[in-house]
Amino acid sequence: MSMNILRLSWKNILNKPLNLILNLVLFSLGVGLISLLLLVNVQLEEKFEKNFAGIDLVIGAKGSPLQLILSSLYHLDAPTGNMPVAEAKAFLNPKHPIFKAAIPLSLGDSHKGYRIVGTNAGFINLYQAEFEAGEVFMETMEVVVGATVAKNLGMEPGDTFKSSHGLIEDENLVHEDAAPFKVVGILKKTGSVIDQLLITKTQSIWAVHEEHDHEEEEHEEHNHEGEEHAHDSAATEEEMPLAFYEDQQITSLLVQFRGRNIQALNMARNINENTNFQAATPAIEINRLYTLLGVGEEALKALAMLIIFVSGLSIFISLFSSLRERKYELAVMRTLGAKPGFLFQLIIFEGVILAVLGFIFGIALSHGSMIFLADFLEKSYRYDFTAALFLKEEAYLFGGSLVIGIIAAIIPAFQASKTDIHATLADNKA
Amino acid sequence: MLSTINLSYQYAGAAAISFPDFTAEQGDHWLILGPSGSGKTTLLHLLGGLLSPTVGRVQLDHFNYSTISPAKLDKFRGENIGIVFQKAHAVQSLSVLENLLLTQQLGGKSLDKQKIMNLLERLQMGHKANQKPNRLSAGEQQRVAIARAVINQPRIILADEPTSALDDKNCEEVLRLLKESAETVKAILLVVTHDNRLKAAFHKQLLLK
Repeated sequence: MSMNILRLSWKNILNKPLNLILNLVLFSLGVGLISLLLLVNVQLEEKFEKNFAGIDLVIGAKGSPLQLILSSLYHLDAPTGNMPVAEAKAFLNPKHPIFKAAIPLSLGDSHKGYRIVGTNAGFINLYQAEFEAGEVFMETMEVVVGATVAKNLGMEPGDTFKSSHGLIEDENLVHEDAAPFKVVGILKKTGSVIDQLLITKTQSIWAVHEEHDHEEEEHEEHNHEGEEHAHDSAATEEEMPLAFYEDQQITSLLVQFRGRNIQALNMARNINENTNFQAATPAIEINRLYTLLGVGEEALKALAMLIIFVSGLSIFISLFSSLRERKYELAVMRTLGAKPGFLFQLIIFEGVILAVLGFIFGIALSHGSMIFLADFLEKSYRYDFTAALFLKEEAYLFGGSLVIGIIAAIIPAFQASKTDIHATLADNKA
Repeated sequence: MLSTINLSYQYAGAAAISFPDFTAEQGDHWLILGPSGSGKTTLLHLLGGLLSPTVGRVQLDHFNYSTISPAKLDKFRGENIGIVFQKAHAVQSLSVLENLLLTQQLGGKSLDKQKIMNLLERLQMGHKANQKPNRLSAGEQQRVAIARAVINQPRIILADEPTSALDDKNCEEVLRLLKESAETVKAILLVVTHDNRLKAAFHKQLLLK
């Protein structure tokens, strides 16, 4: 049992449990808040960026451009409206001079809270998703399932289900009369939004709504493409290009440019000015979103910094006031042979131990709350968040914590090392 | 052999206090008496190496430790001098046992728990080894102070008003233990006091004016 300095510092800290608790609560709150902000922010930005998926432009019904981006690219929020295929025909031309790809999306249905996307196989390629099992859909009503959906709903190729109308889970809105979907493929996890989606052919969405439209009119408010198209056309032959379905509707188009030239850059303005549609650039809209979120983030960061500063001050004050109580025992330790450097280190270690413990509790706090937050964020942002991610910024945060512990302790430590044995012990007599 | 030669100390803005030369042989027990302000504590701190004299020197076996560097003095003190103050001022966060382990470590001795327990038993403090100092009575705290002063087997034991905070019964007991402990380690014992209860117990007395 060695009585080294670190152990003595530790005993001294334990001897003042209320000070210990106050210092740890403050320090860990500050560190925890910063760490949590970093965790959410880094993962959110990473997911947002991953989900750009090389899309240059999103075209959809007029409305909020941010809403269009959120609904079509991130699968948050509701779609802005529908695009009649007849009017969007030009964009669907595979030989389009500016568009390398224009991938159609039909949104509005879901299964147990997971969104169903009517599109084509190009959508899966956008996210570079690979197949865990099965293969891509070939026929109408075949569906490919994202990794998270498959895991959470326990889906396997061959399973069947009936879709629900709208984007929220509601048993009353199941398309009971429509043909069931059949799972033909399961995707590997990509870390992007496709993990949370069920992907099928555009024609499947149309098929579901054609068959039951006549009795589901009361759900009109759910903003659904194809809803108004209660026609009995049997023209859903699989081989026909989408542009031939002139009387159908889609929700939006994800566009990749052939090249970033002036024509491409003018495309968005042209669409906005000359058509009934709007074109939104993901990068611009997401930056706008960052700016909006950034204000709150900055405020939280400032608050966290303030808490850390106050906790540094609190460590300083508790060390300083403990010196006054301990001045005789420090002087006696000097008479026993302790050098000034011993007392200096003793107090510095006390500050450092408090800071390191505060850091550890803070990180535990942030990663612990991340576990609970991840669940919520996955539902509201449709992304998998993890609490098991450790960032290099957290290493900096550790360095910063050490520095704060040392700074808070340095004046008390210096004072302790200057203890005047004679004056202190002579003064005590009376 | 401890001796002082031409020793005097001057506080800033005050007249110098001069101390009579005296020599204590190994194993001697001295009582240093004097009224308040006669410089008793100053002399004890000079002898204990807590203060350096303005003039003169203190020698242990002809080794003058009044003028050595502060770092060497810290080491010398830890190894050769044990001091009992009016109050123990033990480290509050440590148990009695841990305080004595710390004393061994600061004195550059190897840590010997058994030795500490034997000493505590002799001082009738064995059952308090794991108590924190603030749970002890004044008499018990002074026993801890004595244990701390003798555990490293110093050449000199200095005691500054060791009994003035104690009642008669504890005074007698602490004095007895102090003298016994000093005898056990064959140290020079110097007790500074204005406590007249101690007079009868010492043959060798130095009176400061």
